[in-house]
Amino acid sequence: MNIFDLIGPIMVGPSSSHTAGAARIGLVARTMLGEKPVKAEILLHGSFAATGKGHGTDRALVAGLLGMKPDDLRIPDSFRFAREEGLEFSFGEVKLDEAHPNSALLRLTGETGKTLEMIGASVGGGKIEVREINGLKLRFTAEYPTLIIQNHDNPGSIAWVSKLLADENVNIGTFQVTRSSRGKDAIMVIECDSRITDDLVEKIMQNPDIISAGKVNL
Amino acid sequence: MAIFESTRGLIEETEKSGLPIWEYVLKTSCEESNISEEQSWEMMGKTFDAMLESYRSYDQFQVSASGLVGGDAEKMRVARNSGDTICGSFIGSVIATALTVSECNACMHRIVAAPTAGSCGVLPAVLLPYAHVKDLSRDDLIKALYVASGFGAVIAQRASISGAEAGCQAEIGSASAMAAAALVYLHGGDLRMMENSVAMALKNMMGLVCDPVAGLVEVPCVKRNVAGAMNALASAEMALAGIESRIPADEVIDTMKVVGSMLPPSLRETGEGGIAASPTAHRLFPDGPKI
Repeated sequence: MNIFDLIGPIMVGPSSSHTAGAARIGLVARTMLGEKPVKAEILLHGSFAATGKGHGTDRALVAGLLGMKPDDLRIPDSFRFAREEGLEFSFGEVKLDEAHPNSALLRLTGETGKTLEMIGASVGGGKIEVREINGLKLRFTAEYPTLIIQNHDNPGSIAWVSKLLADENVNIGTFQVTRSSRGKDAIMVIECDSRITDDLVEKIMQNPDIISAGKVNL
Repeated sequence: MAIFESTRGLIEETEKSGLPIWEYVLKTSCEESNISEEQSWEMMGKTFDAMLESYRSYDQFQVSASGLVGGDAEKMRVARNSGDTICGSFIGSVIATALTVSECNACMHRIVAAPTAGSCGVLPAVLLPYAHVKDLSRDDLIKALYVASGFGAVIAQRASISGAEAGCQAEIGSASAMAAAALVYLHGGDLRMMENSVAMALKNMMGLVCDPVAGLVEVPCVKRNVAGAMNALASAEMALAGIESRIPADEVIDTMKVVGSMLPPSLRETGEGGIAASPTAHRLFPDGPKI
């Protein structure tokens, strides 16, 4: 029990789930994309769709995409900052299967053309979970440095990644591996105890079985 | 962590340690979250500053997204300053402060969730006016926040601090209990008095439903922060007078959880029942929660 969850977080109101959590979803998505987003299609699900406007969920999500944290005083004016920074965004509604009531689906395009599709859920008290990336289901909170790796389902991929982490002296906290079906693409979600460097991500990418590698250090 | 699992445990372990309760909460929470005591103190200090800043950021001309919230704290302040009130200047300040911080939250200012954003007005509402009257230091108030967080942690672990899970009793009720304990501490009361104040504050809020109009943290949330603050004052005052809760705090907390689970979903933050289902709420928001 963290006492700063009782007296805290420090956040822009009015709602820890609908405002602070939404900002964090946007921020994690930007970090996952790995570059400045220039285009964002944002689809709201459940309670986010129903009460999001009144809670500033829309402005908080855009603020997060601009790199703002949940206590950033610019959140209420994020639409204006988005125009200034050349982020084109649109909002819509979506009904997602088996999703948390406070969920958003984000489709992003970055300044060099990178793309990302992510579903994030705001699970209470400003905490969030990433539930899906590029169509693959997974689950992590982004509270720890996290590596997200998509790979062809061939032997040796996990050994390749864990060897590189060991060489860099990065300790693994949790390790999830999932795949949609046998022989299809697989995904690894690795929560670590220390920061993950760009250099490490580049090294991981050198194996042809690795399709993509992303990191979140928040 | 045993000490945060019951108020009894928190009190007994604090007594054993020989430390003041704020320090016991500080030390124990640091061990658990693996940060230094200096870091924790600095963080709590920043949190207190943010709380104070949320109060100062008030703009009487601002209104919330729905247009339902804004300007009421200023009306209360004017009434208080006129000197012609029922409750007098101190209580006038408590009411005005609760409205101020809660209106700021509804208008997207930066606030401190304590324990939630919807109940963020309760702790500052009792702490700031009391500190003013008693000329307390910033350090005193930071210590009071540790006391509040210790009891809040017990409530969060045994029951809930989420309106969606257990209704408003878990948000405003918990905030009120935390504020009561903080006040008893600041006024020099002992550990049993803190425990009694928590029990009484939560009992008085038992069963309170979460019924936000249009699903927004505005009506009735803003004014319920006033009720939570007033209840904290009364509960702390009773405890300091030596009045005991006939039912121990831990049993009251457990009961709150049971009552919360008995509340239908329409009364747990969905904006479908209670005040949210009143004819006027329907007239203002014919499409339900959507605005």
